[in-house]
Amino acid sequence: MNKMPAVSKGDGMRGLAVFISDIRNCKSKEAEIKRINKELANIRSKFKGDKALDGYSKKKYVCKLLFIFLLGHDIDFGHMEAVNLLSSNKYTEKQIGYLFISVLVNSNSDLIRLINNAIKNDLASRNPTFMNLALHCIANVGSREMAEAFASEIPRILVAGDTMDCVKQSAALCLLRLNRTSPDLVPMGEWTARVVHLLNDQHLGVVTSATSLITTLAQKSPDNFKTSISLAIARLSRIVTSTSIDLQDYTYYFVAAPWLSVKLLRLLQCYPPPEDTALRSRLTECLETILNKAQEPPKSKKVQHSNAKNAVLFEAISLIIHHDSEPTLLVRACNQLGQFLQHRETNLRYLALESMCTLASSEFSHEAVKTHIDTVINALKTERDVSVRQRAVDLLYAMCDRSNAKQIVVEMLSYLETADYSIREEIVLKVAILAEKYAVDYTWYVDTILNLIRIAGDYVSEEVWYRVIQIVINRDDVQGYAAKTVFEALQAPACHENLVKVGGYILGEFGNLIAGDSRSSPLVQFNLLHSKFHLCSVPTQALLLSAYIKFINLFPEVKATIQEVLRSDSQLRNADVELQQRAVEYLRLSCIASTDILATVFEEMPPFPERESSILAKLKRKKGPGNLPDIDARRNVNGNTEHSEKPEPANKSSFALLADLLPTNRPRPASASPIMLSTATLGSTPPITALLNLNSPPSTGASLLVDVFPESSCLTAPEVSEENFFRFVCKNNGVIYENQLLQIGLKSEYRQNLGRIYVFYGNKTSTQFLSFTSSVTSPDSLKTQLIVHAKTVDPIIEGGAQVQQILNIECVSDFTDAPVLNVQFRYGGTLQNIAVKLPVMLNKFFQPTEMTSQDFFQRWKQLGAPQQEVQKIFKAKHPMDTDVTKAKILGFGVTLLERVDPNPENFVGAGVIHSKNSQVGCLLRLEPNTQAQMYRLTLRTSRDSVSQRLCELLSEQF
Amino acid sequence: MMRFLLLFSRQGKLRLQKWFMPMSEREKKKIIRDMTTMVLARQPRTCNFLHWKDLKIIYKRYASLYFCLAVESQENELLALEIIHRYVELLDKYFGNVCELDIIFNFEKAYFILDEFLMGGEIQETSKQIVNRSIEASDMLQEGDNSEWYEVELFG
Repeated sequence: MNKMPAVSKGDGMRGLAVFISDIRNCKSKEAEIKRINKELANIRSKFKGDKALDGYSKKKYVCKLLFIFLLGHDIDFGHMEAVNLLSSNKYTEKQIGYLFISVLVNSNSDLIRLINNAIKNDLASRNPTFMNLALHCIANVGSREMAEAFASEIPRILVAGDTMDCVKQSAALCLLRLNRTSPDLVPMGEWTARVVHLLNDQHLGVVTSATSLITTLAQKSPDNFKTSISLAIARLSRIVTSTSIDLQDYTYYFVAAPWLSVKLLRLLQCYPPPEDTALRSRLTECLETILNKAQEPPKSKKVQHSNAKNAVLFEAISLIIHHDSEPTLLVRACNQLGQFLQHRETNLRYLALESMCTLASSEFSHEAVKTHIDTVINALKTERDVSVRQRAVDLLYAMCDRSNAKQIVVEMLSYLETADYSIREEIVLKVAILAEKYAVDYTWYVDTILNLIRIAGDYVSEEVWYRVIQIVINRDDVQGYAAKTVFEALQAPACHENLVKVGGYILGEFGNLIAGDSRSSPLVQFNLLHSKFHLCSVPTQALLLSAYIKFINLFPEVKATIQEVLRSDSQLRNADVELQQRAVEYLRLSCIASTDILATVFEEMPPFPERESSILAKLKRKKGPGNLPDIDARRNVNGNTEHSEKPEPANKSSFALLADLLPTNRPRPASASPIMLSTATLGSTPPITALLNLNSPPSTGASLLVDVFPESSCLTAPEVSEENFFRFVCKNNGVIYENQLLQIGLKSEYRQNLGRIYVFYGNKTSTQFLSFTSSVTSPDSLKTQLIVHAKTVDPIIEGGAQVQQILNIECVSDFTDAPVLNVQFRYGGTLQNIAVKLPVMLNKFFQPTEMTSQDFFQRWKQLGAPQQEVQKIFKAKHPMDTDVTKAKILGFGVTLLERVDPNPENFVGAGVIHSKNSQVGCLLRLEPNTQAQMYRLTLRTSRDSVSQRLCELLSEQF
Repeated sequence: MMRFLLLFSRQGKLRLQKWFMPMSEREKKKIIRDMTTMVLARQPRTCNFLHWKDLKIIYKRYASLYFCLAVESQENELLALEIIHRYVELLDKYFGNVCELDIIFNFEKAYFILDEFLMGGEIQETSKQIVNRSIEASDMLQEGDNSEWYEVELFG
């Protein structure tokens, strides 16, 4: 560590070295800041001074600024000097200038123009070194402005006959970079065909760069680059059959061109196996050669040799798995990976486990993978590295089938006891899924889930225990066993709250099945459950109270005991409103209702509809990037926030889950009263489908209805309810309308220019709604801008029930008006007519956009025409809370851009409105003034109607 | 494609940062913090790969410096390790027995060398000779700064 600062080659900048030394010698952060401020002052004065600086000094100071920036300090000057360096004739000055620009992208649009100008000159210079600097700068910054300026120029450089090889390489990768961030600006054309032929180039560096570019382009439009398949196979074949000296410097530790080989194999993964048989067998030969070479004794003991060789092997295996068509190759691949499972290199063990996961999903190699089960289980027990163990869990999950499920579940359960906290929840989900999927005998399933709760109760999510209840309810062969098992599990002095939930629910439903045994008589069951009561959280206590009232129905002999409990002060005067209400209502119900009524209300739960497991959905969400939108409104349509006596998703729920667990399609008891509403799903009535067929199809529109029902009362169009409209600007879910009879709830999701709204109609009364219709109408001007298609809805809504309607929406162009939901139905003798303005607003079609502060201000200036900007100053209607404001702006649909506005109090956002006809970029800025309790909101978009509408919508929110 | 490359010391001091996709300074700071804490917490002789969000992190320690490379999920981990190694070789060839101080005091050179080797998140030139030759050629341009640039034979 005492080595002196290295002598810089080329031209050293002594001043810079001294400055870096000084900084390193600073004893404290304060001292460092002081030294930096001194230097900044010095540089500023040099830049401002009268004396013109020579190129060397300018370079030195710019380099110092760069160093300061890289230390993590802000730099707000020097950009102009750096830009000046770009046009220097001296390579070293130009190079520093470009480095500075690449690292500190500047927001000044004038500068971007100057930078682009310098780049243009260098690209035209025909000097390969300068051209490369310019291309690197474009690739490093890669902003849209640069893409706009150069996207058509670079392909020309790439395919020109006289371009030097090193420039071709840079041009290919520069184009690749622009294509990734601004694909719309990179024109496809005649050059694409010529790029493919670069695969034949003599220079392997050019081939490598070109392969990267072609792979990216082929992923987006495979058809245009099909000709690359044969060229890639030919090239690969030449590499794998070459001797190590053939490729000279492209041989890496005795491995022929590993980077190029891997890239070619990747390119081939964009396509299915070649149809041409000759080509196909040539590729198979290549792959076999790679597999063979991997088995040869190593040519070097260096890890680099083995890494490079195995990198090609793993990529070849990826291609074999991708094609999934050659059983021999798949099995060979599996066997070779099997050898790695016990390799002394941790990296290889890790990769082998990972790669085998995909092999397990192929029907050809699934069995071959299974033969390694003992090795993988051993890895779970002995690997020291948690990331390797995690791969082992993944592989066990992937190789599981009916034949080995019991063994794998047992091993996972035993691993769970010591597993890293970070992966416990995932293991719990996996075990729960495997246990359900491969259960032949559901007693095993019940045991497994209870074991999960015992071992890792804290990591058992709601989905898991909801699911076990669903399954027990749906399978009457396991109900008695489940009741017995939970009863036994509850005997443990300390049991997890999740077990109390499952126990409470199952004994409440099926406790009667074990009540014949005196050791689990009704009173014993009740006392057991109630002994846990005071240890539980409120939702669990609520669930237990529901279990108690179910007990009163099941076992009249404990009625008095339970009534006593319900009547106690700790229940009737519970500080928690929900608990208190339940205690009061259940007590009352137990006193006044006849046994018949109780029996009807608390009849056994009807089976749940069979659906994909909600646990699987959760695991997919945990693993996959395509997350489903969250639902913020947990209230059900009837308005009462129900607790967990029925499986209802908590805050993390998704649509799939909701559909799975909320019995929305099940009618409520006909005699619904306020009590019934909160206990509704404890009872059951005949399925609604039986009633459906009795009814004629619903009429489609409001006008039709007027003809059918000529009562004068409905001839006047109802007033359109708008009161909740603006509450939906920044959120998608909630109750949009409610009166004494009906509640209308919405759940909406939007993607690009499409949207879907789930409308829930809840009948708050105990009487049927008849001739129920609902349709969507739009003012004429809106009809061409926004298309709303409403699915038909059942014409009868039972008392206490709710039905769902789906609206599909397409935004054709920007719009201002909103569609109206017209609802009609007969209640008692009268026709009800309700119209609600649907909260489909322009901002719903936002896609948030990330941009740098430079891009933002560049855009902001471009949108400076008076009609593009709309500004509004208004008084705050709500407390001015920063977090709430942020949440609202995000809910509005734009990205919140941090550190763009010089004033940190202000909020700046950006997004793109997607409609079928156009995309409109939008920038917004919100400036709060807490003293005056005012806001100023400014919107800039390329279209005045859009600016206007967005401003109206958003300004209502604060 | 590669997303970023970070070099930091055992004490968590950042020595080099290369971002292949645009990112806000705030995001960068967060990533740097995440990477240093994650990588420095790893036990010796564990594997060199980690999953982080939807990326793969490949890291390796050379003397006092950690090299930490983030690549997209379909990339080849072993070759990513060798990209790190090749970069170390290039630094070593240039500085002669490279150490952390070389990179501190000649940070701009470390960036230049990286730019000759990688571009836009892809490997640009895998031949060590060619990269070395173009780095030497740039140095010659620096020394003979007053000479006309086009007289220098760059790629003989």
